[in-house]
Amino acid sequence: MRREAPQRLADYGPLVFPAGMLIVFFVIPFATMIAVSFFERQQGGFYEPAFVLDNYGRFLSLFFGKVLGFSLFLAMAVAAACVAIGVPFTYLLSCASRRVQIWWLVVLLSILSLSEVMIGFAWSTLLSRTAGLTNLLVMLGLMAGPQALTPSFGAVMTAMTYQALPYTVLVLYPALVRLDPTLTEAARTLGASPVRAFFSVVVPALRNTILATLIMVFIFALGSYLLPQLLGRPQHWTLSVLITDQAIYQSNMPFAAAMAVFLVLVSLALVGLAFYAGRQKEAA
Amino acid sequence: MSGLTLSHVTKEFGTFKAVNNVSLSVPDGTFVCLLGPSGCGKTTLMRMVAGLDLPTEGSITLGGEDITRVPTHKRNLGMVFQSLALFPHLTVGENIAYALRIRGVSKDEQKKRVDELLSMIHLPGFSDRSVNKLSGGQRQRIAIARALAISPKLFLLDEPLSALDAKLREAMQVELRQLQQRLGITTIVVTHDQREAMTMADTVVVMNGGEIRQAAAPVDIYRRPADSFVADFIGSTNLIPFTTDGKGEASIFGSSVAGLTLGTTRSGTISVRPEDVQIVPSAESSLAGKVTFVRDLGGSVETFIEAGGQQIVAVSAPRSRPDVTVGQTVGLRFDPETSVVLAR
Amino acid sequence: MTALRRFFFLAVGLFLALPLIVVAGVSINEKQTLAFPPQGFSLSWYGEIFANDEWRSALFASLTLAATSAALALLVALPLAWFLWRRVAPWANIFQLLGVAPFTLPPVITALGLLTFWATSGFYGQPWTAVISHAIFFVTLPLVTLSLGFSAIDRSLVEAAATMGADDRAIFRTVIFPLILPYMVSGYAFAFVLSLNEYIVAYMTVGFTMETLPIKIFNALRYGYTPTMASVTVFFLAIAALVFGAIARFGDLPKLLGAMTSDR
Repeated sequence: MRREAPQRLADYGPLVFPAGMLIVFFVIPFATMIAVSFFERQQGGFYEPAFVLDNYGRFLSLFFGKVLGFSLFLAMAVAAACVAIGVPFTYLLSCASRRVQIWWLVVLLSILSLSEVMIGFAWSTLLSRTAGLTNLLVMLGLMAGPQALTPSFGAVMTAMTYQALPYTVLVLYPALVRLDPTLTEAARTLGASPVRAFFSVVVPALRNTILATLIMVFIFALGSYLLPQLLGRPQHWTLSVLITDQAIYQSNMPFAAAMAVFLVLVSLALVGLAFYAGRQKEAA
Repeated sequence: MSGLTLSHVTKEFGTFKAVNNVSLSVPDGTFVCLLGPSGCGKTTLMRMVAGLDLPTEGSITLGGEDITRVPTHKRNLGMVFQSLALFPHLTVGENIAYALRIRGVSKDEQKKRVDELLSMIHLPGFSDRSVNKLSGGQRQRIAIARALAISPKLFLLDEPLSALDAKLREAMQVELRQLQQRLGITTIVVTHDQREAMTMADTVVVMNGGEIRQAAAPVDIYRRPADSFVADFIGSTNLIPFTTDGKGEASIFGSSVAGLTLGTTRSGTISVRPEDVQIVPSAESSLAGKVTFVRDLGGSVETFIEAGGQQIVAVSAPRSRPDVTVGQTVGLRFDPETSVVLAR
Repeated sequence: MTALRRFFFLAVGLFLALPLIVVAGVSINEKQTLAFPPQGFSLSWYGEIFANDEWRSALFASLTLAATSAALALLVALPLAWFLWRRVAPWANIFQLLGVAPFTLPPVITALGLLTFWATSGFYGQPWTAVISHAIFFVTLPLVTLSLGFSAIDRSLVEAAATMGADDRAIFRTVIFPLILPYMVSGYAFAFVLSLNEYIVAYMTVGFTMETLPIKIFNALRYGYTPTMASVTVFFLAIAALVFGAIARFGDLPKLLGAMTSDR
């Protein structure tokens, strides 16, 4: 069965259902959302088909600017933390025996599939005053009295890193497990200690993968909606929180749609940037 | 005592013994080939010499110093991997200078040494090139230069030529040998190709099942194989069972062979190389067989004879090809000088 | 080196386990308070999941949604992955991009898009809209596993079957389908588990008419705490571990996640 171009009309058959589904239930909703972002909001929460740029105009407010800035900063911080922990961890995992790898992969997949709600609940419990980490420390005599560690920026950041870490590891896994093991062995025979070999051979050889992972985790973190709400104060709320707030509670769909479109553009721009940067490096 | 010594080295993976009680002495400046089929333990042995695996038992000494537990990066050796393992993110020059950079050698010194090595491997001016677009032969030489940058005491190569095509491989075998002789560096090469071993080595170490079957100079391995495995692995041979009577006169295929005395062992196997099998008219020998196949390869002629229930192969040069036809009964003659009694 | 590696694994392991340990502890607390270390021991909160009407119906809703949407996702992904493997049609790759997009973009976007769509089309709030929404949202998972699976098929197997007289249909049935089955199963399992846990798309599309377990937990977080939240979390974690453990047991997990054929 050679790979060949479709010959007859019937050959396109298999494509009909998936293409149809994707167009109707993804492309069209997406397009609808873009259209709604230009609509005019009415009193009482309805909106009328129109073409106004009011919604996008609200981007220019200081408030929006602050939220946007914070969202980007938070996502970047989480991405950096996850990659900094994830790269050495995934590397060590890829060197481990098959059994160890499988065990860890099952653990990581299980945590990855855990709902953002549950992770939020788990961390708010862990950081609470009555049932958390500080209670444990008090019990061990390391602390005088229990303290609530949430809501706070640290809480949001930690929980988001927790959520994104399994994702980071699974994104890095294919590249690291396919890395030629003789590269580090060669480095060791040439006199580099194992740690030195990691930083001078593994990390540079996987430059592009690491950059791509940073971008992917950044986008992943950008989408975090519940954790900033559950573990942070209003000043810690991100763009995603704002979008849902506007859509559901403020009944301002057009504005929410506009922000969503903006979020997409930012994500796409980043992906494009990473792609471009990767191309530049290869050409050099 | 300088040179490399392996003393009762064993490596177990669970219950599997990859290397079983191996002892070997490699004098300074010699070229040793570890030769054997896949899974015989040769690569495992080399990895222990390099420190990439630790022996379960035994010790390894280099230049009088016990290096058994010394970590790889402190052993100051040079190793070429089967995959070559050139760092894709570094240039040719940076690859070669890697060991120097790790040891804090000055940039100027690094450059000097790199240029020196590049001219040694006949690739001058390649320093700033990327390693990714070069030919197999070029990458091979760069891997060698990189390993030799610090002038190590020990030079290890794991199936270094397996990725090259046949013609290039033959040329590299000679080049490698000449390089080693020029530098006088103690070298160990792992290979499964016996021609390679015969070409390059001072000592060939034949391994199988995690043990050393024989360690000797190439010609000795060929002429005096220690056992049937070595005899069969190196070149081709005829393995023929024999019995002796009380006076040491041998009987093969049931007939006593006049003039063939093989010592006093009661019975055993001899190895007779095809070029040492003489075909004579059937009247002239008590050993007889029937010609089943004649293969004329141009440069040599192989005659297949069935005798005593097994197949004997005789090889002769075209000029002296035996005048036989398929189905003809012929006589066979073995010379005691070239019939090697095998240990097992 | 080994000590350093051990320590690192331990540290990360502890980080990952700590919140879950606390949640598990909270779930066995006797009284309906949020307390750790647990005061008293009771497994009743696990029973609550099934005994309490509201929690039970939420569980049922979640399971049904997950089972159906994962199946639908698979149904969409399979022909697409097959087509891309079988045919040379560069323009068709756009559909692969579309398949990957919903999952890689921030979920809020997909959720909002679907919300506007269902609202505009008038079907907003009906349970089946959640099934389609989840299916599209998660189509990436079976698509990725199937693409991996198809690319792992040695074409010479297919060619050998052809020389022995099998036509396209027979080849699919006897050679390709058995080879692709593990990837279908794992794709379904991933989508199932993720759908079970998914919050925002479900919330935005049917949150007002139907409660899935994640939605219920979030509402409980706002309006009234109960240890059942903790027991559900542990319960879901156990389900996930079971599913992935089963995949690991019967399949080649490292390979499914991108490793080459294992040779360790």
